[in-house]
Amino acid sequence: MKNLKKFGLLMMVAMIVAFAAACGNGNNSASDGDNKSSDGGNKELSGSLVISGSSAMQPLVAAAAEQFMNDNPSVDVQVNAGGSGTGLSQVSEGSVQIGNSDVFAEEKDGIPADKLEDHKVAVVGMTAAINPKVGIDNISKEDLIKVFTGKITNWKELGGADQKITLVNRPDSSGTRATFVKFGLDGATPAEGITEDANNTVKKIINETPGAIGYLAFSYLNDDKVKGLSIDGVKPTDENVQSGKFPIWAYEHSYTKGKADGLAKAFIDYMMSDKVQNDLVPNQGYIASSKMKVERDAKGNMK
Amino acid sequence: MEKTVPASKRLMKSSKSRMNGEFTGRLLVTLCALIMIAATVSITIFLGTKGLQAFIKNGVNPIEFLTSANWNPLKEKPGYGALTFIFGSFAVTLLSALVAAPLGIGGAIFMTEIAPSWGRKVLQPVIELLVGIPSVVYGFIGLTVLVPFVRHHIGGLGFGLLTGTVVLAVMILPTITTIATDAMSTLPKNLREGSYALGATRWQTIRKVLIPAALPSLLTAIVLGMARAFGEALAVQMVIGNSRDLPSSILDTAATLTTIITLNIGNTTYGSVENNTLWSMGLILLIMSFGFILLIRYLSSRRKL
Amino acid sequence: MNSKVADRIATSVFGLIAVIIVGVLISLFAYILINGVSHISLKFLTSPSSSFREGGGIRDQLFNSIYILVITMIITVPLGLGGGIYMAEYAKPGKVTDAIRSCVEVLASLPSIVIGMFGLLMFVNLTGWGYTIIGGALALTVFNLPVMVRVSEDAIRNLPRELKEASLALGITHWHTIKTVLLPSAFPSILTGAILAAGRVFGEAAALLFTAGLSTPRLNYMDWNPFSHTSPLNVFRPAETLAVHIWSVNTSGLIPDAKEISAGASAVLIIAVLVFNLSARWIGSLIHKKLTANSK
Repeated sequence: MKNLKKFGLLMMVAMIVAFAAACGNGNNSASDGDNKSSDGGNKELSGSLVISGSSAMQPLVAAAAEQFMNDNPSVDVQVNAGGSGTGLSQVSEGSVQIGNSDVFAEEKDGIPADKLEDHKVAVVGMTAAINPKVGIDNISKEDLIKVFTGKITNWKELGGADQKITLVNRPDSSGTRATFVKFGLDGATPAEGITEDANNTVKKIINETPGAIGYLAFSYLNDDKVKGLSIDGVKPTDENVQSGKFPIWAYEHSYTKGKADGLAKAFIDYMMSDKVQNDLVPNQGYIASSKMKVERDAKGNMK
Repeated sequence: MEKTVPASKRLMKSSKSRMNGEFTGRLLVTLCALIMIAATVSITIFLGTKGLQAFIKNGVNPIEFLTSANWNPLKEKPGYGALTFIFGSFAVTLLSALVAAPLGIGGAIFMTEIAPSWGRKVLQPVIELLVGIPSVVYGFIGLTVLVPFVRHHIGGLGFGLLTGTVVLAVMILPTITTIATDAMSTLPKNLREGSYALGATRWQTIRKVLIPAALPSLLTAIVLGMARAFGEALAVQMVIGNSRDLPSSILDTAATLTTIITLNIGNTTYGSVENNTLWSMGLILLIMSFGFILLIRYLSSRRKL
Repeated sequence: MNSKVADRIATSVFGLIAVIIVGVLISLFAYILINGVSHISLKFLTSPSSSFREGGGIRDQLFNSIYILVITMIITVPLGLGGGIYMAEYAKPGKVTDAIRSCVEVLASLPSIVIGMFGLLMFVNLTGWGYTIIGGALALTVFNLPVMVRVSEDAIRNLPRELKEASLALGITHWHTIKTVLLPSAFPSILTGAILAAGRVFGEAAALLFTAGLSTPRLNYMDWNPFSHTSPLNVFRPAETLAVHIWSVNTSGLIPDAKEISAGASAVLIIAVLVFNLSARWIGSLIHKKLTANSK
């Protein structure tokens, strides 16, 4: 503490850290991802992979990455969250090798979707979720739109309890909101209500607020705190989504810049493998994309 | 501790090398001080250029941005009006200052005028601990305790201006109390003595002599508290409801600049208009910080004592 | 008579205010600790967090919080000390000093989310590092430096004048006086201030959301080489701190026991803040005793 030398030394350390940082960023940048596994013959993968994007997908991808690293000890996979927009931006810039998104790249402004390759790693189903005390379990799409656009303001109009309807929304930029508006409300703009980004928070609010309605992914409908509504008599189940009967669902995408190769390809193949699709994906409340009997394109048209 | 060097050696040190040390030392600390300027300038430049892009590149009308309450970035005809959020930020800031200022200044007077020993022993550590509670923890408690409480006992949804105000008021209370305490305790003693000598009671002394004398500093305390409230993000986001409509009552949901930024910045793509308008909101926050500092400057120039 | 009654009423009102403030704090602490302490166990502190299963711990988050704090302090303390010495000893009234003082004020009052946004531009995108510990630490430096400058400046200014005068009278140069006389004497107050500042840094979240990220790679605590990818000491890895973890499990986490985890993590944070505060007070009073030679 007392002598200049130590003080100077600390300053030097700070400088060196800054300098090393300037040089050392190769450590983490995507350019480092040229892994040494191009000689596909032996299966020894190594190198590092940086993934970023959708916070909803982060748990799934992180869990898959963990297993993948256990199988390939010399591989390092980093899964960052940050949001779908961040993931798409970073993968287009090339600062990460894989960008995760809840929406098609075509749906976001300023993303060169033609330069990205789409890998649909999972499907998420979602439905309108209500406070259990409302006392209805089915709603027609027509009424759903009326509820969310504020034309119906009390549950008794739909044969439920005499409670005022409270809407729980997601922010404009949220992928969940985009999906729900497109396939649940046929594009109608929801009226204003409480807005929260997080599934957990939304669930909590619906559970605690009398007469509340919001929208949640199936994985959050696993208890009696909130009730997932059937739409036009179709129950919100994985099977109904797979067969195309239930309309509100979206892909979870992993994008690579250009064709996936090397380590990125190996990881995406792993994500699509039965090991992940039949185990991790359903465990986390997603639907295996390999089991879908229907397909959609970026415009939302069924194929 | 350094080893002691024999005096002969120390005296042998040429004055030149000593002057060298003098120069290096001075240079070092000057550099450290200049880093402050560098940091401030670079923050201003970075956020300034990024925050103006929405207006320069994307052609968003700055007047509309500041005065329209129509925020619909994803519609066919997008609207980029941030008035609702600007209003929300000012509303919670002013309301929380209204709640926290009397409490904070009252606490300061209690500590300096009424029970100094008790105040120092109990209130001072309490205030310091309140400063240390992280904002996420305030948000968490607001969400789990305050929101249901307001919904059951006061009305509304529980999320809204009122809840945000209460959470922020507790958060800025320590800031106001600390600075107000400093202000009160640096008042010259003869003010009090003169007032008591004239036969004034303690309350009259506080009201007619001490508060007017310390007023500029007390206002500074309130303004600094407001600056903190204006920029608080996470705790407010958890409890205010974040709706895009102008609130019609104190129980109504609202949104602030900070909450809209944290909600949307990750989901929007770099360079898109929506993302750039979020950066413009960040720029507003920065400009407001400067504004608060200027206000404090003005207040301290009016200090009479 | 009236004025006497008014005086009594006023006194009780001020007393009431003091009681309210203390009550708020006690109820906050009681709530957090009662809800949280039951979740704190050795397992909770030493097992890694899970992103979707119940019963995750906070091992990595706790380490990250401490590590980011240490790095921030390594950067902040020397710079803040230097700035403080300049302001206390060398600054001449004038434009430069005014500018520096204004900058310190501005930096101290910047919202942490604005610092986070700046960090995102500068330490994440411009440098191309992505989310890193060092980026987070540098963002926190912006946040903490003004506090350290103020603390050091006040500490040096509050020293008795005789100390400096005696030293200068002995023919010791100004810089040497600062080094050998002023800094050692001001050290206790600087240390106390630094510890309190550390408490604030420890719980900061908004500035770290955009700079250190929301995830932690797999860490191998046997690996102490700071340049290896899995080493906890690698500063070029993303790191979710405890405060950010509370935020993220409450917002985007899938874990069913989010509430328990946040209660436990909040309790750990609060206990850390308590420890910081108490140690600052204890060190302060210890040294005060030593200096004033009070054997009470």
